[in-house]
Amino acid sequence: MSATSAQLKQQNATSPGTTGPGATGPDRYRGEIEHGLKVVPVKHWGRWVLSAVVAFVILQFLWSLASNEKWQWDVFAEYFFAPSVLNSLVLTLQLTVISGVIGFALGAVLAVFRLSKSPLLNAAAWWYIWFFRSVPLVVQILVWYNLGYLYPTLGLGTPFTTDFWLAEFPTTTLISAFAAATIGLSLHQAAYSAEIIRAGILSVDQGQVEAAASLGLPRRIRFFRITLPQAARAIVPNAFNEIIGLVKGTSVVFIVALPELFYTVQVIYNRNQRVIPLLLVAVVWYAIITTVLSVAQYYVERRYARGAVRELPPTPIQRARQWVSEQWSRLGDNPSQGGGADAAAHATTPSTPAGAGDRAPGEGEPAHERATSAAPGVTVAKRAAAASVADAAGACDAADAAGPTAALTTTAQRRNGGTR
Amino acid sequence: MSQTALAPSFDGNIPIAPRPTATVGRVEISDVTKSYGTNTVLRDVSLTIAPGEVVALIGPSGSGKSTLLRTINHLETVDRGSITLDGQYIGYEERGGKLHELREAEILRRRTQFGLVFQNFNLFPHLTAIENVVEAPVALKRLTKPEARELAKALLARVGLADKVDHYPRQLSGGQQQRVAIARALALSPKVLLFDEPTSALDPELVGEVLDVIRGLARDGTTLIVVTHEIGFAREVADRVVFLDGGEIVEQGTPIQVLRSPKQQRTRDFLAKVL
Repeated sequence: MSATSAQLKQQNATSPGTTGPGATGPDRYRGEIEHGLKVVPVKHWGRWVLSAVVAFVILQFLWSLASNEKWQWDVFAEYFFAPSVLNSLVLTLQLTVISGVIGFALGAVLAVFRLSKSPLLNAAAWWYIWFFRSVPLVVQILVWYNLGYLYPTLGLGTPFTTDFWLAEFPTTTLISAFAAATIGLSLHQAAYSAEIIRAGILSVDQGQVEAAASLGLPRRIRFFRITLPQAARAIVPNAFNEIIGLVKGTSVVFIVALPELFYTVQVIYNRNQRVIPLLLVAVVWYAIITTVLSVAQYYVERRYARGAVRELPPTPIQRARQWVSEQWSRLGDNPSQGGGADAAAHATTPSTPAGAGDRAPGEGEPAHERATSAAPGVTVAKRAAAASVADAAGACDAADAAGPTAALTTTAQRRNGGTR
Repeated sequence: MSQTALAPSFDGNIPIAPRPTATVGRVEISDVTKSYGTNTVLRDVSLTIAPGEVVALIGPSGSGKSTLLRTINHLETVDRGSITLDGQYIGYEERGGKLHELREAEILRRRTQFGLVFQNFNLFPHLTAIENVVEAPVALKRLTKPEARELAKALLARVGLADKVDHYPRQLSGGQQQRVAIARALALSPKVLLFDEPTSALDPELVGEVLDVIRGLARDGTTLIVVTHEIGFAREVADRVVFLDGGEIVEQGTPIQVLRSPKQQRTRDFLAKVL
């Protein structure tokens, strides 16, 4: 028996019970064909050629990064953690967080206005969104910064008059560069997030609201417990898009001389003329923020996918662990390593709960397993071993407590994904 | 197909086993008219449903039976006429010879005296079966969370889903989803249960399990108003069958009267098509 056929057998033995009707797909045929003729997969020559070209381009680029001294990585390293750069990074993050929070809060209010039955609220929100999507962000920030030209003082007084003031402040002290930037970014962001939130709310089936109303749930609870969690599934990807856009959008506030990341590297390279390495400092920091946000997005989306799909796909971490345990068990499948009797003895010991769980209760393919009792015995034993290794490494979380059972379940699902 | 709902030994003469006498859940519909633009969907409909009675509303699609059901719990407002439950209006209050529209909070409070089961279940997909049932009693502060969970478990067990408590709706079959929806509607102990074509979205082999649950509720003495296409089920379970067509009640009576020997031509035409 070759290693490949053992592998096939293992797939056959483990997949059907975990997938139900889906398992009647290619796996079963593979199993049957295995007894007869060998299957030769079609060769994708075009794919190989393209892969080679792409690999070449990537390697060439990496080589040039390392070999071209003009990238000046020493300058990059010198400034990457420079206090002025780190301070500017903090300012960038502050601008992002503050205008992100205000922007989305205001956007949510505008979205609700747009969906309101009041024509005035609806129109007001519509015009707001129209206006702030029309005016370029840079222009808007400049106007806020220079508001003093229009209104030298701001204060509280009698409405519609200019002669009585309760309190009054000069505009230039009230609206600093930071305030102008925050106001501009927030108002701009609100217009875009309003549309995203509105789209999310509209995507929720009307029947949901009706069902909630028929249960006597008050409007607030209907919105926050029923509509919003379902809308979130549509909102989250776009919202992260916007937040990532906002991180880089903060770079336009250099126009009001606010020392955020981009402004700071400009100041530095204007002094020392090392333009490229300093721009790279900014680029890498922006990339790091974006990476963190992208990972966060993945997990937030997963959270809101609960109930929307029958089974959640495994996370990259779960997938990596599963790959390791698969390779481990494959190692054990190789008959050339011998020790068949030894492994069979292991398999019969009752102290392999993971291996037992492996035979999906009720739905396995016993005929096939029985026919090849020796080989799966090895598989089971090895897989149990893989489980204990994973446990010892402390890498198992609660969901994966079943060790390879859970991991293999997901493999089988992935494999059968196409047949659904 | 509708015959599958009938017990094999049923001869059509005994209505149903005697039920405990209910004292609440009397629905009075008087002269209700409702139109969408120029399209009049309900025309002077009057119907009184006694406590504990099981009424089946049948009729061709577009006859207004679903609209009538939804006006009963004030999910739809009426243009003219009134609907009361045990003498109380759902959306209005009578003061000085006029009907004053109530504030939403009060309407919602009164609406909880009805439970509504939808054709397409409308379970909350982001909540598990038990969370779907727990949501209303907890949100309305009727029960604490542990109490509500106990109740929900009992209700889910009653509809035969004790082992599906933590499943999400998408992990359940249509029949199971509809049974969760019934448990959810029961969680507020309504006086009247309204069913809007509860089996129309189900595969034929799943219809029976839902009808079994409704049959059990009928036996318990809850007032039931069921819009249905399952003529066999109406014959077996209903105390009264009401046939609507064109927004009007054409004919009503015991299942035997209406379904065996209809007086009106329109009823005969309809039954000829569905039986």
